[in-house]
Amino acid sequence: MTIATSTELICFLILSSVIVSGGLGVVLIDNIVYSAFLLGGVFMSVAGLYLLLNASFVAAAQVLVYVGAVNVLILFAIMLVNKREELKPIKGLKIRKFFSGCVCAGLLALLFRVDITTNWSTPGPQAIGEIATERIGEHLFTDYLLPFELASVLLLMAMIGAIVLARRDVLSVEVRESDSIREKVIKNSNNNVLLDQSID
Amino acid sequence: MFNSQELIPLNAYLLVASILFCIGVWGLINSRNAVRVLMSIELMLNAVNINLMAFSSYIDGNIIRGQVFTVFVITVAAAEAAVGLAILLSLYRNRTTVDMESFNLLKW
Repeated sequence: MTIATSTELICFLILSSVIVSGGLGVVLIDNIVYSAFLLGGVFMSVAGLYLLLNASFVAAAQVLVYVGAVNVLILFAIMLVNKREELKPIKGLKIRKFFSGCVCAGLLALLFRVDITTNWSTPGPQAIGEIATERIGEHLFTDYLLPFELASVLLLMAMIGAIVLARRDVLSVEVRESDSIREKVIKNSNNNVLLDQSID
Repeated sequence: MFNSQELIPLNAYLLVASILFCIGVWGLINSRNAVRVLMSIELMLNAVNINLMAFSSYIDGNIIRGQVFTVFVITVAAAEAAVGLAILLSLYRNRTTVDMESFNLLKW
């Protein structure tokens, strides 16, 4: 075993243990802010696994999109809805958790069995390694062109939908097209122009 | 470029992904905070991505369709997170809580 292979093995063990323990922390820790930061750690470790698999482009995309966008979005959502509230106790919650844990353990056992006993046809063709980025670009603009364009439409729809869903309903005063009313609105704008709907 | 075919078997990646997926499922069922539900969904999507990347590297090493799929999954996950958190915000405005047990708008 050379230094390179043992380093790879050690990296894999560290990354996978961080992924598993971080995932457990995300679902088990009470403080949700800690969970969000642990989720960022899990995303970074998954990006490390991608690097071990010779996929530098996807690793960079993972860090940019997940850690840079999704995790920050989740942190913002936590800040926006941050209210210390006592959850109402539900009877049978322990039993429910136990049974769902049993179901998940069964699913885990099933997946483990599939993972171990299936005869995967390895080794496949030689991995192309560093030119994977170019190959992804070729794929995106030739045989995956339609999903690529659909993804852009999907992102546009998601952006507009998120804005429409998340904004507060607009001016409480009726704003017509004429400028005089608009000026009046602006003049009165030091008292609440925005209708605060969070009370009702 | 090191040859990763020999040392770490494909099964190791699949096992890690399975564990992460099951953690995500458990969190999805049992979380009472709506933000944590979204985080569990992200965990499950990441587990699927690990699977896709491992297969792409070990079995489909010269065409890497799995990596392209992973890029698409990341795209859809970002859109899903944005819309999900927007829905969560408008729900929070209506109900002033993030407890999943109190969201019974569709109950009949």
